[in-house]
Amino acid sequence: MFRNQYDTDVTTWSPAGRLFQVEYAMEAVKQGSAAIGLRSKTHVVLACVNKANSELSSHQKKIFKVDDHIGVAISGLTADGRVLSRYMRSECINYSYTYESPLPVGRLVVQLADKAQVCTQRSWKRPYGVGLLVGGLDESGAHLYYNCPSGNYFEYQAFAIGSRSQAAKTYLERRFENFKDSSRDELIKDALIATRETLQGEKLTSSICTIAILGVGEPFHILDRETVQKLIDEFEIVKDDDVPVADQDVAPEQGDSAAPEPAAGTDTPDQGVAPMDI
Amino acid sequence: MSPADSNQANDLLCPEAPIQRTQYPYVTGTSVVAIKYKDGILMVADLGGSYGSTLRYKSVERIKSIGKHSLLGASGEISDFQELLRNLDELILYDNMWDDGNALGPKEIHSYLTRVMYNRRNKFNPLWNSLVLGGVKNGQKYLGTVNMIGVTFEDDHVTTGFGNHLARPILRDEWHENLTFEEGVKLLEKCMRVLLYRDRSAVNKLQIAKITEEGVTISQPYSLKTFWNYSAFENPTSGAEGSW
Repeated sequence: MFRNQYDTDVTTWSPAGRLFQVEYAMEAVKQGSAAIGLRSKTHVVLACVNKANSELSSHQKKIFKVDDHIGVAISGLTADGRVLSRYMRSECINYSYTYESPLPVGRLVVQLADKAQVCTQRSWKRPYGVGLLVGGLDESGAHLYYNCPSGNYFEYQAFAIGSRSQAAKTYLERRFENFKDSSRDELIKDALIATRETLQGEKLTSSICTIAILGVGEPFHILDRETVQKLIDEFEIVKDDDVPVADQDVAPEQGDSAAPEPAAGTDTPDQGVAPMDI
Repeated sequence: MSPADSNQANDLLCPEAPIQRTQYPYVTGTSVVAIKYKDGILMVADLGGSYGSTLRYKSVERIKSIGKHSLLGASGEISDFQELLRNLDELILYDNMWDDGNALGPKEIHSYLTRVMYNRRNKFNPLWNSLVLGGVKNGQKYLGTVNMIGVTFEDDHVTTGFGNHLARPILRDEWHENLTFEEGVKLLEKCMRVLLYRDRSAVNKLQIAKITEEGVTISQPYSLKTFWNYSAFENPTSGAEGSW
């Protein structure tokens, strides 16, 4: 009935020094559809894959505006994600009421992580089952953080979470060094390509993804469907011109959607990686 | 008189007694004058503390630095100012403890003070002060004021109390954006001299504080040269005979 005798309680250690409930919560993040974030010096782009629960339902919203200078993309339990977004909104609004200036992103992320950590240390609570990519802009520039259910948080140049996010990560790892000086449009393009990587051959359309951006002189906003579709069309055209110029290992992946994704994403599955490493 | 009435002294201790508020201040400081100048902010205040109209204390420092980027000057109830300083000390400490390179600037502190002052007045228990907040952060000069009911504004030069009537007009005439440090000090001393002559709570012992991108310096207390033998001072009522 139980996976093992140490996983009935968040606060119970296994003899091997693991907290199974926390690890299960980390797994929940991987079950959700992918969410991607990347940043330049001045902009952060968040992207996510929209997956409907059934043929008859619409998909759930996975990217939330927290404030003009902060936005989140989530993967995992959407309901938990909404609770945490609401908390972040209220922290931001309280800070700007008191100080008439925007809450530094790093501080919000620490508060959020502390909130998640408490849940791993109280017997009557459960960890949040959601991973959050927090993008924000403050005095020190653009930032991207990943907050996970264990209460850990990390700052990234680019990151992807959720199902098949490894494919997107592989793409981002190959390209992230250029992101720092990317223009906002290049960043969006990379976000779209990284999103496509997670689709495993399914055609990328504006109905299957959401893109949001924030940056210097550009408050957080979610791009509307038409804009996204236009961008997708645009770079799919560019892609053909690009092939000869682009580095060779990108080329095969840009094959038509009919050709399934090469093994890049699938041959390095998440299994075997201790969840707490993230 | 019934026996119950004779317990009036105990009323303060019994829970049904009405809550007491500060109806008026006890020990007060007089004007603060502050201006923007070329490199930052200059602020001046004397060290007098009045007990009612008695000049009771003569070394009350009313200008303090708040964190690295701000300078706070206060007139009004000294004890309320001290309470505020303790609050701000904790606020700055907490801010530093993040240790993340972010720090509250003058704009943030001023906004915070506004919230505190207005909140207290809404409890009908105001902090009996007029505050001046100046500072420099990221090359931006900031100068603003808040009073005991939460009214707030920013300007190139601000004053509190009597300074509003006696110093502000001088500043309006003579202030300009490119004042050097020396010119700024001279202008503030001119204001303080007028206040010293005409404000009965002012004392001739004052401090000038400077805040720039480099940091805060608050001068040692010093006195202004005065000349009391103007003919108008010798018989002040000669031109306006009253009934006595």
